[in-house]
Amino acid sequence: MLVQTHELCSIPSLDHDYGMEDYGKGVARWCPGCGGHSILTTVQRVCKDMQYEPEKTVVVSGIGCSGRFPHYMGTYGFHGLHGRAFPVASGVKFRRPDLNVFVVTGDGDCCSIGAAHWVHAIRYNMKMVALLFDNGIYGLTKKQTSPTSPLGTHSNTHPRGSILPPINPIQTTLGLANVSFVAQTVDWNSAHLYATIRKAAEHPGLAFVRIVQRCPAFMRDLYGDIAVDPKNLILLSHENGINLKPKAREAFGRVIEHDPSNIHKAREHAEINNGIPIGLLYQNTNNARYDEYGAHNLGMGVEEKKKNLESLLDQYSTSNSVE
Amino acid sequence: MDHIVSGDILNEGDRIKPRKIKQAIVEIVSDSGEGAQKCGQSFGAISAKMGNGVWTVEIIPAEIQPPARSREGASGIRVRIGSDKVSNMGNYADLVIALNEQVLYGRIRQDAYNGNTLMFIENKWAKSEQESIRQQYSQALLEFKELGIQVVEIPMEEECLKLMPDPRKGKNMWILGLLCYMYDRDIPKAENQIRRIFKKKTDAVIDLNIKLLHAGYDWAREHLPLRYEVTPMDVDDDMVVMNGNEALSMGVMASGIELCSMYPITPATSVSHHLAENFERVGGIVHQAEDEIAAIGFAIGASFAGKPAVTVTSGPGLALKTEFIGLAVMAEIPLVIIDVQRGGPSTGLPTKVEQSDLLAAIYGEAGDAPKIVLAAATIEECFHFVVLARKLAESFRTPVILLSDANLATGVQPFPRPKIDPLWLTNPIDQSPWKDGAMPFEWDENTGTSKRPIPGQKGGMYTVTGLAHGQTGKVAYDPEINQASVESRSRKIASFQKSLKPPKINGDPEGDILLVGWGSTLGAIEEAVADARAEGLKVSSLHLRFLFPIVPGLVDIFKRFKKVITVEINYSDTLGNPMVTQENRRYAQLAWLLRAKTLMDIDCFSNVYGQPLNPEKVLKMIKRELKIENSEVNV
Ligand SMILES: Cc1ncc(C[n+]2csc(CCOP(=O)(O)OP(=O)(O)O)c2C)c(N)n1
Ligand code: SF4
Repeated sequence: MLVQTHELCSIPSLDHDYGMEDYGKGVARWCPGCGGHSILTTVQRVCKDMQYEPEKTVVVSGIGCSGRFPHYMGTYGFHGLHGRAFPVASGVKFRRPDLNVFVVTGDGDCCSIGAAHWVHAIRYNMKMVALLFDNGIYGLTKKQTSPTSPLGTHSNTHPRGSILPPINPIQTTLGLANVSFVAQTVDWNSAHLYATIRKAAEHPGLAFVRIVQRCPAFMRDLYGDIAVDPKNLILLSHENGINLKPKAREAFGRVIEHDPSNIHKAREHAEINNGIPIGLLYQNTNNARYDEYGAHNLGMGVEEKKKNLESLLDQYSTSNSVE
Repeated sequence: MDHIVSGDILNEGDRIKPRKIKQAIVEIVSDSGEGAQKCGQSFGAISAKMGNGVWTVEIIPAEIQPPARSREGASGIRVRIGSDKVSNMGNYADLVIALNEQVLYGRIRQDAYNGNTLMFIENKWAKSEQESIRQQYSQALLEFKELGIQVVEIPMEEECLKLMPDPRKGKNMWILGLLCYMYDRDIPKAENQIRRIFKKKTDAVIDLNIKLLHAGYDWAREHLPLRYEVTPMDVDDDMVVMNGNEALSMGVMASGIELCSMYPITPATSVSHHLAENFERVGGIVHQAEDEIAAIGFAIGASFAGKPAVTVTSGPGLALKTEFIGLAVMAEIPLVIIDVQRGGPSTGLPTKVEQSDLLAAIYGEAGDAPKIVLAAATIEECFHFVVLARKLAESFRTPVILLSDANLATGVQPFPRPKIDPLWLTNPIDQSPWKDGAMPFEWDENTGTSKRPIPGQKGGMYTVTGLAHGQTGKVAYDPEINQASVESRSRKIASFQKSLKPPKINGDPEGDILLVGWGSTLGAIEEAVADARAEGLKVSSLHLRFLFPIVPGLVDIFKRFKKVITVEINYSDTLGNPMVTQENRRYAQLAWLLRAKTLMDIDCFSNVYGQPLNPEKVLKMIKRELKIENSEVNV
């Protein structure tokens, strides 16, 4: 029973012209070469291009290397608990439709300890951008196996190689109820990264973006070769998808036409295992949105509240007049 | 209760004048699903409307629909009404009405009845087609009589069959009619009560139930030689009558809280049911989260964004929330957490009362996480303490845990209608620009308090973090900063404690024994103290509402008594039991806390039978204790 209300994202302010400097703070303390740096700059660029008011923007993260993200943003931030970014972000958005909300989460954060919240956040489909920084390893705690580590990954918890097949986060997300936006991109292709996050920011619902992220400290070999040449990526292309300039498009070795309204094809592409498919796998702008329900009765005045409270109390009154 | 013999009930007529009594305890017990609770609640509500003091306690089996006629499956209610205020469930029932005889066994084991109890039992089982049932029935009647209980067989089914083909769902209102006759209740009020509880049903259903009410009343007039009057009080105050969970819910709505984020758990769930039904009418909303962790995370997110929030839970849920509570302490995010306690540990006794979460509430988090912990002692306090908790949470920028319990949750008691202050309801979130240069944790040097920026406030942008941080909110890598920030958070709690007054003593300010309680045991303790004092014993009591920080002045009060004993519904070792020594004895939770706080030798009286405390048990304990003292003096 969702109530259709006004558009719930905030309108860019007209009396301001925000620049990149308005979205940054401090010096990012990630390792040199870490994928986090380019994602940070890209998110700041998207905020600038959308002219999000910094004070109306909240970045919520969990714990992990990725969890530090909000500390480097000039917006409001919430660096909470390991695995719990989604519930906090959902709580922020529920009664504050005027805020632009980003969720930043790691592969351990999202797909392991926070897996329950991931499933339900997709189902809530509240308007926000969720960025999964997937480096296939636990970074902050120094190289333990993550649920997305490729089979056989040598880590400090599986020194003889990990023994279970990994979770594929986009495949999983595409299987969840009420999913409305699933995209995949890589930290090292800035044009595609930008276009993806931008598209996500414009989506009226929860936009889930898995960013394949390099972790030179612990997973140097994982994307080392792939990252040097865009030919190693498979571009999912469509007029309703993530659009690149023709020049940028040409750089990709393989291009597959994929209509993002086709969830069955999306699921097929999600399972491609001889390369990394990037682009918009699925989008549906008509799904139920829990943030619209959350905002349906905002702003009731004190008078009205009091009046209705008194009439509720009347039901419990022992005085006969109100039988 | 007066004696009657079974034969009497068939010939006596309507010529009985009600006899005045001060109070009555009535139970209705049945298999679940037979409406005993609805009957008892209605009896309580009618009595409250007539101006009587009322206290009700629900008797709830652990399963939704246990097998019929099972001894452990008793579902029902106890209603105590009085000419004065009633504050607890009392001792033994004067009258119990049972829809089958088997469920009475469980209640007998729980010590609910004695030789003065009158039992009205549905007599249809005597004519059951099943031989085994007929045998069980006659056997039970014999056993009850041997206990000295007066048993009267009542043709409930037979009488109700005159009005409906399947009386399983109608007998309760017939019984209500019988009770209305026996205790001289106001019939128009009873009719209104029926209209109210069946307001979502058809007129035909309402008519039928009113007919059943009258049939029960008429039958009793024809057949019962007993009739009582429990004179109502003269109260000018406009009163409301509700149970503790309804009071918590109404308190949430009156407090200006806008969001209840919860995950279902007995006995807390009915708070959110009530909110789900009504909250949106006063501008609030309920979020049912995917689990308790998400529930509190969601509430914290909303509160961070300037929307006052509450999360409602019980023991197992509180355990799951601890990491987030620690974050709320660390990041100084106001939040109200309501814990309607049940028996523990683990899944424990979901429907039964216990007060075992006190130390978990105060000390449950990893790391140093001081916060405010309050406990409501009455239904009325369930309402007002939510309002208070929200205020404290915001003034001190902290989570506040409000403890209630399964006894208060379903207990019903009238209290003066709250006067809603519009100030409670105002919540324009501050969106004015943040003061230039002010830091997000600008701790006042004397009080430790600070003002928080709220998203939307220009210039206030900061990042909440559970990592150690200083006044700027930035991650602290310097150990000095950590020491200073932990001190500031602790100072806030101290400055709140400074504003509290010493607790009031019930009874003389000095004597032989001082009983100290907290939470729902207030009424039983005070009644026991009144009884003891009436016998000339030098006993007083006091009841704590603020458990953390603890109220001032306790040492001075305790010093004036020979012995201080906490009375609690939680576990403590009993000296004399195998392996228990003075050294390894585990104390009840409040006793533990008070011993640490006062360095005094405070004793405790506690148990975990899952039953509300009754005054008689406390009185017996008082007498036992005083004898021990005397004998020591003699030695
Ligand atoms: C409740 C809890 N358990 C464990 C940890 C320790 N911990 C911190 S980050 C982390 C894993 C991070 O991995 P990932 O989510 O993949 O993020 P990355 O550091 O790789 O960005 C763990 C296990 C914690 N902070 N909290
Ligand atoms: S450990 Fe890996 S993920 Fe973490 S900062 Fe370094 S490179 Fe980035």
